[in-house]
Formats: sequence, C-alpha cells, structure tokens
Amino acid sequence: MASTGSVADQEGQVMLLGFWFSPFVKRVEWALKFKGIEYDYVEEDLTNKSTLLLNSNPIHKKVPVLIHNGNPIAESLVIIEYIDETWKKNPILPQDPYDRAMARFWANFIEQKVTESTREALVSQGEQQEKKVKELKEAMEVVEGEAKAKLNDKTLFFGGGNGVGYVDFVLGWTCNWMETIEEVGGFKVLDPANQPHFHKWMANFREVSFVKATLAPKEKLVEYFRIVRQARLGLLLPYIRESSAKARSRNPESKQHHPESKNYHACVVVC
Amino acid sequence: MAEQKVKLLGFWVSPFVYRVIWALKLKGIDYEHIEEDIFNKSPLLLQLNPIHKKVPVLIHGDKVICESYVIVQYIDETWPHCPLLPQHPYERAMARFWADFAETKLLITIAIALWARGEVQERAVKQAMEAMEKIEGVVKGKKLFGGESIGYLDICLGWMSYWLPVWEEVGGMQIIDPIKFPATSSWMNTFLHHPVIGDNLPARDAMIEYFQKRSKDISESDWFEGIIRLHLQP
Repeated sequence: MASTGSVADQEGQVMLLGFWFSPFVKRVEWALKFKGIEYDYVEEDLTNKSTLLLNSNPIHKKVPVLIHNGNPIAESLVIIEYIDETWKKNPILPQDPYDRAMARFWANFIEQKVTESTREALVSQGEQQEKKVKELKEAMEVVEGEAKAKLNDKTLFFGGGNGVGYVDFVLGWTCNWMETIEEVGGFKVLDPANQPHFHKWMANFREVSFVKATLAPKEKLVEYFRIVRQARLGLLLPYIRESSAKARSRNPESKQHHPESKNYHACVVVC
Repeated sequence: MAEQKVKLLGFWVSPFVYRVIWALKLKGIDYEHIEEDIFNKSPLLLQLNPIHKKVPVLIHGDKVICESYVIVQYIDETWPHCPLLPQHPYERAMARFWADFAETKLLITIAIALWARGEVQERAVKQAMEAMEKIEGVVKGKKLFGGESIGYLDICLGWMSYWLPVWEEVGGMQIIDPIKFPATSSWMNTFLHHPVIGDNLPARDAMIEYFQKRSKDISESDWFEGIIRLHLQP
C-alpha cells in the first residue's frame, strides 16, 4: 500500500493499524465488524514501525491505531467509544447514562485487575508472579460473580438484551489469550468448576461469528508469547547471542540478522 | 431522574474527589457531601464500593457510581447543560486519550517523584518532565484544555494546578518549570482563578502536613516498591 506516511492522505477511509497477536487490536476489529464498518487493515511490523504508525501515534508508538477521515485515534477503549459515537448502528455502549457508567466501570476493572495483572504474571516469575496470580484469581472471582448475576440462558452476554456490548469486547481477549498465557507463564487461573458462568460466557463469545473468524491459532500465540516472556525475563538474549555466534562460526561472511531476534525486539517494544 | 437527591462520598485531600466536586459545581448541581476517613472506612463506603473500597462514590437516587472519570462522564450525560466533554466524537476521543495518558504516564510518575529520594527520585522527575512536555503541547495556544471554558480534560488534570505544587514542596523537587512549560503554567493560573475552582480547594497548609505525614508509610511500603518496578523506566 503506497503511503507517504502523512495522516492527511487517509481522508475518507477507515484504516486500522494492528498486529496479529494483539488482543487490544482484536477488540477494535470486533467493534468495527459488529457495526458492519468497512476498513482497511494494515499489519504493522513492530520491529520496523511504519512512518504512518509513528506519525499517527507519536506518544505511545503502539497499535491499535484507528485512522478515520485522516484523524488518528489510539488506545483501544478510546477507539471503541469513538466508533460507537461516530457510527450509531448496533450500539456498543448502552443508551442510559447509568448503564453506560456501569459498563465503563466494569471495563476499567477488567483492564486494571484482569488484563494488567495477566500481563504482569506473564512477564514475572517466582514470588512476584505468585503475587500477581493471587491478585488475578481474586479478580476472576469478581468476574465470575458478575457473570453469575447478569447472565442466564436468555442473556448470554454482558451487553444484555442487545447481545454483545462494551464489556464483552473488553473482556473478550480472555476467551483465547488467557489459556495461552497460562501455558506460557506456567500458572493457572481458569477454573471451570469454580467459574462456570464465566466459562459459559467464554464459550458463547468464541462462537460469535466475527470473533470466531478472527481468533489467532493457539500454537502461533503460544510461540509468540513464549518469546515475550523469555525476552522480558532476560532469558532470550543469551540464547540469541549463542545462536548468532554459532551461525557466524558456520558462515563468517553472513550478515544475516538472526530471525528470532526480530521477535525479541518486537516483544520488548510491545510489552 | 436528574432531580433525584445527589450525595458524594469524599475525602478532603483527594484530587479524584475534587474532579467530581468541580463537575457538580460547574453544573450547579446540589449535593450532600459525606466525608469519609479512608484510614477507617465506613460500612457505607464498603457497602457502596465493595470492589475498590475507595472514594469518590456518587449516589444519585438509588444509583451508585464509582471511579472519578466514570462519575464525571455520568454527570455530564445526566445533566447535559454546560457540557464538559466536547461535542464532536474526535475531540471527545482526544480528551479521553489525554486524560488516560495523564493518569497512566504522568500522575503515577509524579507520585514516585513525590515519595522516592535519591537516584530513583531523579529518574522519576526526568520521566515526569518528559510526559509533561506532551501535555504542554496539548494546551499550547489555548486558554484551557477545553478551549474557552473548563472541560473534561481540565477537570481530569486539575490536580496539576494545585496538588502538584504541594507535592513539589513536600518532595523537594520541581517538575513544572515555568520557563520549560509556559503554556501549562499559564493554564494552572487560569484554572485556579476560575471562581468555581478557586472556591473549591482544600487548605494548602493542611495538605502539606498530610503528605509529609504519609511520606514514611508510603515510601517504605511493598506497594510503592511495586509501583516503581512497574512504572519507572530503567
């Protein structure tokens, strides 16, 4: 796709800058698909960020970034509210101010206590990880409590009578990424016996057509997050150095960059 | 619905509570203030906010809303006169983006600069000033973040105008250099001189005493060590 990198070039289009593994990008994709909004998806190379990304999100230099009518918006929750306020069809947030406040409260709780704690558990070990996993388990008890209170055979999602909504999109990453991160991080918080309502919600959410169509294969996610964890724990660099040294000793003339180090840098910049 | 009784559970020195106070006052909404002792939380607070056990909590009729920025948006949507968030979705997105940036990148770093000393404090001050440069860019050429009148972002950043100078004094550090941040310094002055804001601020001497007293407990806590590890760049 030709681009001078200027944000103004994208006038009249909806474009989403993303990375395949990112649950934050996925949320925005789900919101766009839910509303039937046409968009161009641009897969970013996070080891070699495009001028467009750097111009569109100079503050965080991260995905997702939505560019609409030449205007860039960053941060997944900000983007979803923008989408909801710009395209009125299929509302994501409720209409009533109190219901909206509750949706925002739960979204904030999920981000602080579930999403952030999971990220921290992924990139820590020993006592630090134990502490994060304990916090995460407590947060999951709250989520289960909320699922038990709000969901039943007729109301499958937190969006209530309207089907999926804001809270579902914010929590949705758990239906695919949580298992992956548990496996990579070597801990367990998912507990079907004690979280029956949450597990039922996850199963239902996975079956939503646009969710099902966009979930990345587990093996690919496991491979990626394994590198993230090792990079953050400083375990990967000696391996890369050793592999590079071995590669150089086999072919002293080669200037080829070791392929895995690309993912190492990607992991460091996104985490 | 808007006519139902409004109550606010608050704590006298909390900048998060003041966001809600300013939003209520700017819109001329009558409310009852219920002062909480956050070191000895009342059964009412624990019942109304069992998840976080924190202030502010807004009670409107039989509805309970927690988290300052959720409350401010609720107030703005329930009483739409004197709007706080901009009308256009893109400008609303920008206000929310910068409010999130200030909360996650600036305020936390300043908290570290307040309580830490030595090399950790120096790094925190440096990181805070880098974040402050971004804020300076947002308010440059404007009277207020909201333009001509106080808006959502002014309210979310209000702590910068009054709490930050107190923290600078208690922490023995400086982040807002008027020469480096002329637009932000000018904004602080404009914001504080608004009658609604100026009339609704905690007493400065009492704030200094409070934050000085908190210094030892916080700087030696595991929580603070965790904050430094998560938020201070190497």
